[in-house]
Amino acid sequence: MSDLTRMELSEARDLLTRKSLSAKELTEAHIAAVEAARPLNAFVTETPEKALAMAEASDARRAKGEVGLLDGLPLAIKDLFCTEGVQTTASSHILEGFVPTYEATVTANLWREGAVLLGKTNMDEFAMGSSNMTSHFGGVENPWHRAGSNQKLVPGGSSGGSAAAVAARCALAATGTDTGGSIRQPAAFAGVVGLKPTYGRCSRWGVVAFASSLDQPGPMTRSVRDAALMLRAMASYDPKDSTSVDRGVPDYEAALTGEVKGLRIGVPKEYRVEGMPPEIDRLWQQGMDWLTAAGAELREVSLPHTKYALPTYYIIAPAEASSNLARYDGVRYGLREPGDGTLTDLYESTRAAGFGAEVKRRLLIGTYVLSAGYYDAYYNKARQVRSLIARDFTESFNEVDLLLTPTAPSAAFAMGEKMDDPLAMYLNDVFTVPASLAGLPGISLPAGPSDEGLPLGLQLIGRAFDEETLLRAAGVLETAAGFDSLPSFLAA
Amino acid sequence: MAIDKATVHGIAKLARIKIDEAEAESLVGELSNILDWVEQLGQVDTEGVRPMTSVVEMRLPLRADAMTDGGKPDDVLRNAPEAAHGFFVVPKVVE
Repeated sequence: MSDLTRMELSEARDLLTRKSLSAKELTEAHIAAVEAARPLNAFVTETPEKALAMAEASDARRAKGEVGLLDGLPLAIKDLFCTEGVQTTASSHILEGFVPTYEATVTANLWREGAVLLGKTNMDEFAMGSSNMTSHFGGVENPWHRAGSNQKLVPGGSSGGSAAAVAARCALAATGTDTGGSIRQPAAFAGVVGLKPTYGRCSRWGVVAFASSLDQPGPMTRSVRDAALMLRAMASYDPKDSTSVDRGVPDYEAALTGEVKGLRIGVPKEYRVEGMPPEIDRLWQQGMDWLTAAGAELREVSLPHTKYALPTYYIIAPAEASSNLARYDGVRYGLREPGDGTLTDLYESTRAAGFGAEVKRRLLIGTYVLSAGYYDAYYNKARQVRSLIARDFTESFNEVDLLLTPTAPSAAFAMGEKMDDPLAMYLNDVFTVPASLAGLPGISLPAGPSDEGLPLGLQLIGRAFDEETLLRAAGVLETAAGFDSLPSFLAA
Repeated sequence: MAIDKATVHGIAKLARIKIDEAEAESLVGELSNILDWVEQLGQVDTEGVRPMTSVVEMRLPLRADAMTDGGKPDDVLRNAPEAAHGFFVVPKVVE
């Protein structure tokens, strides 16, 4: 059965179109793969019966000739997307047992295009983390291992379950969400493609909120072409999300011309951070060489406020989280701890029992920076610096069409590493956070092995709503890199 | 800025999260470290810079002030830990 799960999403689509394969066969192979991958802990909830029913409905549609973009293709969905009738937890104890009575717009779009739900993937609790170790349901294991070692590695976070599921070949593609790098960093750690679209491109409606001015859903796939296909299906204008942007969704796959001649690629000099491992630097140089060889033109650019991006993010994101997560109070859904019988104690006891350590830490930081007397010094200051960070990007995009950077400052690290130092963990997002603050689209693709045989990612950042150029250049890099290694753990 | 244990208890109260003494103890160090680190933003000259409210340059859309959805009390209450007669149930708040 393994050949059915080793394909790219677009290859499976083509086989289904040619009727050389049924959605039912394809889905059965993936259900078996999801079961075989249980040691990775990539799924919080498996939905095999629903998957089979959706696959059979897809085959019936195809017999009638009425198919969508993703008809019959089995996907994994991050457990941050509300799925009607299927438990949605955000990997938090406080939402355990929550079964939404509505469907997120992005997943509704996927089902409208005929996709099949395999299950809901594990993640960092409320998407807060860069390791997937903050999940209430336990960490996800990266299907990759260092050469000659069986030490367990993290898949990155927060979309670590989605990254692991796609890498281990138990789902053809998955959804993730990215607030400061939560699609791109796990994609790099697991050797898959992760695309964070422009803020406003994919609806946030029905996605459990973390930091509303930053959160953005996006695809995690095995190829750039698959990312293009997924994004087209996920994206839409949504009147239910007031920050959704009303513009047509292009055929992103058609943008993959394989041509970058004359494209100006910026290399931001401030991304050469101190202490960066030589293998990351080498990969970055390699990426520049590949693009130049394909006819693109390199230019050094300056984004002078880069070093302030992380501290800005760690004020803004917790501030918004402290407001968004106020709704988990033990009254409307999820966990309730009765406390001493008063309402205040019910709130305080429920939130104490329901949230994990990292979530509590961020809610306290967020509450502090928004509190009277500190609002201006922290929160408003961070919003001002955010304006300057966004302006750096706007100015550099007057000179170049795209920016090329590494995705993360290292390959996947071991489970348990960096856990005792929140600041060391936050540094994982140093290359992904700036584009998030500016709302720009970014893609990470696997570009080469580390010295220890682990995947390393390169990131391209584009202009707002120019995912087409981003995908086009990513396709050229992907071809040049030819990264086709497989993880040591495969589901089938 | 270093914060003390009383401040940690104060923030936890505002955030409606119960913390015990041991947690407060370790949070003093963790939160102080994070706040020390974010204070580097003080080095940035932001004189006259407008704080960002939205990364997307767009006017917020308006719609007619009319009901678009509703009539779903059962859906709204379905996940409630405790509900009765079409309402959420909470401990008594008025004597």
